[in-house]
Amino acid sequence: MKVEINRARCKECGLCIHNCPKKCISKSTELNDAGYYPVQIDDEACIGCGICYTVCPDGVFHVLG
Amino acid sequence: MAATRERKVPALVDKPMDFCPGCGHGIVSRLIMEALEELDQLDNIIFPIGVGCSSNLGAGLECDRLHCCHGRAGAVATGMKRVSPDTLVVSYQGDGDAYNIGIAETFNAAYRNENITVIVINNTNFGMTGGQMSLTTMEGQKTSTSIYGRDCSVTGYPIRFPEIVAREFPGAAYAARGTVTNPANINKLKGYIKNALQAQLNHEGYSIVEVLSPCPINWGLTPVKAMERIEKELIPYYPIGEFKKRGEEQK
Repeated sequence: MKVEINRARCKECGLCIHNCPKKCISKSTELNDAGYYPVQIDDEACIGCGICYTVCPDGVFHVLG
Repeated sequence: MAATRERKVPALVDKPMDFCPGCGHGIVSRLIMEALEELDQLDNIIFPIGVGCSSNLGAGLECDRLHCCHGRAGAVATGMKRVSPDTLVVSYQGDGDAYNIGIAETFNAAYRNENITVIVINNTNFGMTGGQMSLTTMEGQKTSTSIYGRDCSVTGYPIRFPEIVAREFPGAAYAARGTVTNPANINKLKGYIKNALQAQLNHEGYSIVEVLSPCPINWGLTPVKAMERIEKELIPYYPIGEFKKRGEEQK
């Protein structure tokens, strides 16, 4: 795993999905406590570039490095 | 695979915040903290926070801050800085707070060349109260108080404050405008914020960074479309870049 996700923080704005260069981020099908469908990452396709961390307004991502 | 480096939200803002989905405030507050972290000043900071959506920052911060009366963060920051000149004072305001309500305080702080840093989040309306027209609302933009679109012949034209600072106040240290529309602009904006903080650290004088930020809820757009609106409509009127660089003489 290259990027850790804090599911509770996600507000489903979709900026990470839009900006991900590998298009490996998608919405999951389980609601979080706030009532949003948090994002999930396809670990096979992820390159750990950190673009999702850069554009996320809510601190969902932690790039492990 | 290229080596990646660890990136984690700085602990001072690592809390859930109440901003709307897709709001730019979350990105900017994180950038300020990253810049402070890089300058090794995380324990030497106080935020005078304006009223409006910017007030939500207070709920997510783990450091000193003061919620000012509406628009008066410029005056409060002046007091803070004069009492403790070695502490970094960063006022965090929206466009309605800094320009509409508090233009006198913002303007006077710049005029006196107070050694403070002002971060203004410009989303072209009063976001928290329901999207009313502000000084930065674009011509023709529909808001809840300009339902036929803003008529500039009656209400005046959108204000470009960093340009005024750069042009009219010779002593000011730094004036810039950035945006959060894509990763490249976000990284540039972080550089602007870091420059502004560095200017204050070196006692160079007044520094201001305005940020063009989306307001998806009040604009009635999705977060991605709101970012596109900034690129298409706002950036041609509000150019991004540094209007006054550090150490640059007045032309």
